[in-house]
Amino acid sequence: MAATKEYAAAPPAAAVPAIPRHQVMAFAVMIAFFAAAPFFVYPLFMMKALCFALFACAFNLLLGYVGLLSFGHAAFLGSAGYVSAHAAKVWGAPPEAAILVGTAAAAGLGAVVGYLSIRSKGIYFANITLAFAQMIYFFCVQTPFTHGEDGIQAVPRGMMFGLLDLRGTLTIYYVVLAVFLVGFLLVYRAIHSPFGQVLKAIRENEPRAVSLGYTADHYKLIAFVISATLAGLAGGTKSLVFQLASLTDVHWTMSGEVVLMTLLGGMGTVFGPVVGALIMVTLEHYLAQLGSWVTIIQGAIFVVCVLTFRRGVVGELARLLKKPL
Amino acid sequence: MTSIFGVPTQALFGQLLVGLINGSFYAMLSLGLSVIFGLLNIINFAHGALYMMGAFVAYFCLQWAGLGYWWALLIAPIVVGAVGIVLERTMLKRLYHLDHLYGLLLTFGVALVIQGAFRNQFGSSGFPYASPAQLTGGYNLGFMFLPTYRAWVVVFSLGTCLVTWYVIERTKLGSYLRAATENPALVQAFGINVPRMITLTYGFGVGLAALAGVLAAPIYQVNPLMGADLIIVVFAVVVIGGMGSIMGSIVTGFTLGVVEGLTKVFYPEASNTVIFVIMAIVLLVKPTGLFGREK
Repeated sequence: MAATKEYAAAPPAAAVPAIPRHQVMAFAVMIAFFAAAPFFVYPLFMMKALCFALFACAFNLLLGYVGLLSFGHAAFLGSAGYVSAHAAKVWGAPPEAAILVGTAAAAGLGAVVGYLSIRSKGIYFANITLAFAQMIYFFCVQTPFTHGEDGIQAVPRGMMFGLLDLRGTLTIYYVVLAVFLVGFLLVYRAIHSPFGQVLKAIRENEPRAVSLGYTADHYKLIAFVISATLAGLAGGTKSLVFQLASLTDVHWTMSGEVVLMTLLGGMGTVFGPVVGALIMVTLEHYLAQLGSWVTIIQGAIFVVCVLTFRRGVVGELARLLKKPL
Repeated sequence: MTSIFGVPTQALFGQLLVGLINGSFYAMLSLGLSVIFGLLNIINFAHGALYMMGAFVAYFCLQWAGLGYWWALLIAPIVVGAVGIVLERTMLKRLYHLDHLYGLLLTFGVALVIQGAFRNQFGSSGFPYASPAQLTGGYNLGFMFLPTYRAWVVVFSLGTCLVTWYVIERTKLGSYLRAATENPALVQAFGINVPRMITLTYGFGVGLAALAGVLAAPIYQVNPLMGADLIIVVFAVVVIGGMGSIMGSIVTGFTLGVVEGLTKVFYPEASNTVIFVIMAIVLLVKPTGLFGREK
């Protein structure tokens, strides 16, 4: 049983130095889509999608390229959100500083949680990250600065770099888009660098990677910290967009949601998490009035994806085009 | 009033009892998880939802058929066990050749569906469930009041755990099970129907969860979300005990329940997190868990 482990979404190896043309085109399509979107769709909704897309990309770096399923990524999203919101509201920090402080907090947290959990593999790893996230959740419930059930409300958006007034909807939209692109390109770069190749080697066969002289644990820890940091970047940005940091973002259901986004979009693909996040946020938006049906539908999508659709939307598309996306 | 370390004995023993009760549920749930994990290599995320289902079966028995607590103790594990068997036959079975993470994801999805469906149908406020007439009242032990039902829960769950341990570690059936855990292909070659054993093991594991659900019904309310957060604590218990270790999950289940209860007395702020803190420490010192071994 154990001999034939495989990852359904394993992408074909892309060790090409130049960026392939179809990926450039896909990237251009994505930028055009997001740049035009606020003129056709409710911008706040699109910003939510962008934040989750970044969150899912960060998560995918870990699941898709290192093969580590973290079931506690909400902890990084949520705690960065709290720290950013606190910095902006209580300390009066400008938005760029607030986001950076939140991101740094997530990075620090990621280093600690990563250090403790990276030594275990597979299910154990999932379990342990989940438990740590739950611990952080309870911490957020109890500590006074998060304001418990109320969350941190009415977070000021402020002036970015003293120039951009983020109270303008379009201004903040393009700032969020820029933040997302920075995160997205960082993940892209990480995946397609020699570092990324080592990560994939570890995913495919860890003992062999170790025997070739790579200290797998170091690579995994670095990937974990990058992933946590970017999740924090998404969380910090999100708290400014919605002017709210709440317990929802730290709860384990959020960790489950990001797994679902990545799985649905296609884990181990560059564009998959973005597509998955878009689909999930849209679904939630239109199903919101159905109340708890959302949970049922999410669960059903999970089951269907795992049973029959393990490559995800982009993974299937890449297979049809015979090109990695 | 007498006191120990500045804490009234009444409160101390009260919390100890609460801890023992919680420990009973931790032990039964983590035992089921361990048995399932041992043979299927799947962390059953649906365990909390099936525990909740057990409590609901007890509630339905009473509401629809007039069957009381004692019947529920028998019926709920069978019904939920059957649900588990269907789940294993129709879904989990297809994932054994894949990475074990898919099993976790699938059961997570199943848990969402079950919990969502029950919440849709029954709201999230919960229903009271009376403890059986034979077990009402309590004993005055002099230093504290011991409700009969709570004593029953501790004794019953300890008994169930020990019987399960005995069957797995000391009987022929258990030896097959342990052998299949080590090397399923070889055991199959000896003519034992391993797939059927896997199915029944899953059914048994979730049956234990349902049994815990029935036990819990009179103490907590019957609530669609009663298993949602509990399961994560139980995951931590399983990690501390060492995944797949039978005795480990029983001992750590009860111990951590008591530790949690004591924390509530001495340092209430940490009572929610103490189990996770212990988990972090155990992982640093012994990554395979207290009773676990390298697999």
